[in-house]
Parts: sequence; structure tokens; C-alpha cells
Amino acid sequence: MNKPGSAFVRDSLLPARAPPPNSVGIVGWMRQNLFSTPLNSVMTVVILVFIVWAVTPFFRFTLVNAVWTGEDRQACATATGACWAYVKAYLPQFIYGRYPIGERWRVDVVFWTLVVGLIPMLIPRAPYKRLNALFLLTVFPVIAYILLTGGHHQFSGRWIPNSWMSPSPLRFAVEYALVSAAVFGVSTLFSWMSGRPITGSWRTLGFILGAFAIVLALVSLDFGLVPVETANWGGLLVTLVVAITGMVASLPLGILLALGRRSNMPVVKLASTIFIEVWRGVPLITVLFMASVMLPLFLPDGVTFDKLLRALIGVALFNAAYMAETIRGGLQAIPRGQYEGAQALGLGYWQMMRMIVLPQSLRISVPGIVGSFISLFKDTTLVIIIGLYDFLGQIQASANDAKWASPVTGLTGYIFAAMVFWAFCFSMSRYAAYTERRLDRGRR
Amino acid sequence: MSDLSVAAEELPPVAPALTVSSTDVAVEMVDVNKWYGEFHVLRDINLKVMRGERIVICGPSGSGKSTLIRCVNRLEEHQKGQIVVDGKELTNDLRKIDEVRREVGMVFQHFNLFPHLTILENCTLAPINVRKMPKREAEDIAMHYLNRVKIPEQANKYPGQLSGGQQQRVAIARSLCMNPRVMLFDEPTSALDPEMIKEVLDVMVGLALEGMTMICVTHEMGFARQVANRVIFMDGGQIIEQNDPVSFFTNPQHERTKLFLSQILH
Repeated sequence: MNKPGSAFVRDSLLPARAPPPNSVGIVGWMRQNLFSTPLNSVMTVVILVFIVWAVTPFFRFTLVNAVWTGEDRQACATATGACWAYVKAYLPQFIYGRYPIGERWRVDVVFWTLVVGLIPMLIPRAPYKRLNALFLLTVFPVIAYILLTGGHHQFSGRWIPNSWMSPSPLRFAVEYALVSAAVFGVSTLFSWMSGRPITGSWRTLGFILGAFAIVLALVSLDFGLVPVETANWGGLLVTLVVAITGMVASLPLGILLALGRRSNMPVVKLASTIFIEVWRGVPLITVLFMASVMLPLFLPDGVTFDKLLRALIGVALFNAAYMAETIRGGLQAIPRGQYEGAQALGLGYWQMMRMIVLPQSLRISVPGIVGSFISLFKDTTLVIIIGLYDFLGQIQASANDAKWASPVTGLTGYIFAAMVFWAFCFSMSRYAAYTERRLDRGRR
Repeated sequence: MSDLSVAAEELPPVAPALTVSSTDVAVEMVDVNKWYGEFHVLRDINLKVMRGERIVICGPSGSGKSTLIRCVNRLEEHQKGQIVVDGKELTNDLRKIDEVRREVGMVFQHFNLFPHLTILENCTLAPINVRKMPKREAEDIAMHYLNRVKIPEQANKYPGQLSGGQQQRVAIARSLCMNPRVMLFDEPTSALDPEMIKEVLDVMVGLALEGMTMICVTHEMGFARQVANRVIFMDGGQIIEQNDPVSFFTNPQHERTKLFLSQILH
């Protein structure tokens, strides 16, 4: 060792030794992340003090001083904490609104059907994804519609005069058949003009029209359920109906609009752009207001739309415009080479989009899409503007009830609303983060 | 580059004229012109490729050689002239374009594999969805071609896990799975590390030996010498000179060709 430049051979290997005690474990972590510099130490202390100062009163209000039991306002009249007894007493109303008490099992059945259908959908390893999705997107909505409204929808024809055919359902059926025939005719004409094979589109069209006819028939059947008007729906039921319908409708619509906006066909491109920009340029409140107050003025006499349905359409179209822009961002990240690779193999436009471009771009858009879903979920509270009582609306309405009026009732209600909304939004956000990690693994 | 060309000189050319059909035209371009806006990229291109013929197109960058072969499967649209591929003329008729693309394979400089699909799925996608082949059969064919490009063991990996040379061989296998009548190569080795070029060229030589009709844009002059029936030199959007490889390399006629060859062959 002493001679300069001499060779060195190790005769005994060094064993692994423990790291210095203050560089690992909790102490090490704190040194590294909380107290690495004097400034950081000061900031850590200040922020800790602030958290204690801000959070303690919150816990004191919601837990320590809270009133947990009671029959009416007496329990909470002098309380300095949250009045959970009030929330307990009103919970059914927060969930079902004014849905008739004897019929609430129908809402429960719909809810649990959704849960049972959704859970295997969300677990990546669960089998039968395709069948499951088919159930959730076709069978479930029909079941939900029949159970929630009561079904037995009376269709009546609109154009054929009464004197020609008297039972109105028959008139409707005939009209549906006529419209279907017209659709077939127009599509045949288009296929013939564009020189594409007709049989394929005929089969698809026939399938769609046939399926729709079956749905209409089911919806008009009498299952002996008491009809419940949507005016009596409320609470979490309305919130979930608006949010889920909005999400399910806005995603495919958004995809189509995004593709349309990037299309080479000038008319399609212009139409998509106008649609997106118009809806994005208007506040949701305005949309709901228009749907509720203005639309009936433009419709001919006798044509009425359910108020909830109008809100649903408004919310879906509004969010489709935002969704389209989110998805377009993802589409722009796909290199040209992917399109060319697909085209060179002879894939058609829709095959290329479905199998090559969208799977990659939707993956990129997941954070944006979930962001849209979360804001959609929170925006459902705006339906109160047109007199629909969603979860928050129901809570607000109940806080004014004389039976439970107390200084803390309103505050308790809002805290409860915030917690429920947070639970929904946070779980969506966490699931999205999990999905992102999972999809990333395949990509490497 | 020079090493390869020396190596190729030792090899006998593998272009027995017998495999080239004298009557069966694979690709024909007549007075093809193309503009990018105001810029005239292809000028009066006339080219007839017979079935079984191997064409190498070379030229400086920006000479229009990539654009030329991208017109053959209509990744680029030409504005004037006629392009007939396998008896079908390329016009605005979308169905004709899809028919041509089905019969024409293309290998790109940047591979353009689909990163979200495994190697096997990359290879079976088009046969299943375009040719409507049963999945089992498509997978058998895919494995056959993956064997041929010597990477069957990578079938269940994703493109991102493979080296550049392996990815390009997958891209070739993917095209072959469609059983194309013509193969287009757009600078297939330009994005590769030097030690990976040979493995890709070997696959291409093998393909040439089997009589595949090939149009290659490449700077690999060794490859051109070894397999091409004809070498085309382009500059400024025009065909400057075309000849059989021996004459082309030993006795270039046009000044521009001489300059180009002196620059790339040292």
C-alpha cells in the first residue's frame, strides 16, 4: 500500500454496515423533508401551528361538541357543535327527496344493481368486461328508467290523424315503422351515392332500430308500478342521475366532436367547431335556464318535455363540448407516424381511430377526462336554479324546516354536503390515478 | 457506409433477370406531378416497376424520393398524372385507395409500430381486421414471419422493450403478414444505430432473393449493388438518372450523379 503506484489486492471483503441512525427511518425522513435547512425548519413549524389552529376548531365543532341524538330542534337549540341528529332525521330525504316512501325500494334496487354492475367493471382482473359493459350501457338504463319512473309510458302518434287509426299506441308503432323505413331509404341513397357496400350498414341500422323498438316496447309495458313523476325525485338520487347520465352521454359525444373538429371534411369540422365553441361560451346556469324556461316557449303547443330530461340534455351537451376539447388535446399528442402506419396497413378511418389512435390518446387524456367528470359532478348542484332539488338543494331546503331550526342546523347541513361530495370526487380522483398507473405499466 | 459497399462488391449481385416479369407491371407512374402549396416536389415522374423488380431510389435530402414512394400508397396525394398500382389507379376513390394499401406493404424510417399493442398484436391487427382472417390463422402467420425476421421470442413484448433493429424487423414482419404484392421501404435503416443496420438489411436481402417487388429509398449503396435491378437517382423532384447498379456506380453519366456518388462513397 505504501509504495506509490503499487498494486492493491483486497484480502478480506467488507461486510455491509448499518447507515448512520439519523439518515433513515422517521428521523431521517424528517431531516430530509421537513428540517433540511433553517428556512425549511421555520416553515415547518409555522405551518404546523397553522394546521393546529385551523383544524382543532373544526374537529371541536364536528366531533367534540356535536349533538348526536335528539328528536327535534330542542336537542340542538343551544349546541355549539354540529347537529348530527338533524342529519340523521333527514337522511332519507337527502337521499330520495320527495320520492314516495312506499316506492323507495325501487331506487334502492336501481342503486344496488348499478353497484353490482359497476364493481366488476372497475376491477381490471374481473372477467366478462364486454358483457358487463353491455349490461351497464343497455340493460341497466332500461331497468333504471322503468323502475324509477314506473314505466308504462303512453306513446301516442303525432302525425297520423285520429280518424285513420284510433288506438294511439298503434298509431305510434306505425309512425315508428314509417320513420325507420325512411331512415333505411336515406341511408341506402347515401351508400349508393358514396359507392360503399350497402349490406353492412343495413345490418347495423336494422340492429339499432330494432333494439330501440324493443326498448320503447319495454318502456310502454305496464309492470304494475306506481308512476313517480320526476318532480318528486330529489336528493342524492337526482345528483347521481344527472351526474351519471351526463358522464355516460358526454364521453362518446365528446369523442365524436373531437374527431369531427380534426376531420378533413370542412362541413363536419365547421359544425363540430361551432357546436363546441357555442356550448363552451355559455355558462351552465344559462344553459339550464334556457332549457327550463325558454325552450317550452319555442316548442309547439302540447309538446312538453320533462324538466329533469331537459336538464339532463343540457348538462350532457354542455359537458360534451368540454370533453371534446380534453380529448382533442390527447389526439394531438399522437404522432403522424401512427396514422400513417395504420393507413399503410389498409385500415379504414374508423378502424384506425378505434384500434390505434383513440386507445393511445384516451390514455393520455385520462387526467383531463376525470377532471371533467369531477367538475360535472359538482356542477349538478346548479340544477337547483330550475327548481330541481338535488342533494345540496334538498339539504338547503331542509335547513329552513321549523322543526329543526337552530343556529347550527344550516352549517351542519353544508358540512355534511361537503363531506359527501368530497367522498365521491376524491374516490373518482384516486381511481383515475390508479388507472393511470396501470395503463402506464403496459406502455413502459 | 464505405465498408458496406466494399463488402457488397465481393458478393455476386443477386439479381437474376429471370425473376423479373417482362409483361406484368406492378407500379406505373405516368407524368406524375405534386406540389406542396407553391413548392413543386415531384416533376414529371415516369416510372414503371415490373413484378419482381427491385428498385433503389437514392438522392440528396429534399429531392422528393420519400414523397415519390409515399405517393405509391397514397400517403401523399399527387395533383397531376397517373399512378396505377397492381392494375388499380389511385384517385379520390377511398375504396380503391384501401384496396391498394392492402396489397402494398410499407416500412418506415421510424418503424411506426403501435406502442400499446404487443409485437404479436401489431402483426395480427391488419390481417384480422382488414383481411377478416380468423385470429388463430393470423397468429400462425405472424409467428411464421417473426421467425423469418428471427425474433419469435419477442412476440409478447411491447415495441418499447425492443431495440431499434428489432423494431424495424417487426415492422417488416408486420407488413409481410398482409402478404403484400409490393413492398415500399422509406429509409428503413436511417434511424438505426450502425450495428443494427446489418440485421435489417439481411432481412431485406432475404426478401429480395424470394422475388418480392421492392421499391427502396435508402442510402445503403452496398444493398443497392447487391440486390437492385435498377438504381434511380433523384434530385430537385426529378429523376436524374437510372441504370442497372453496375453501370450506375462505375459509370455515372450525369454531373449531379457523379457529385452525389463521390460524396457518399468517398
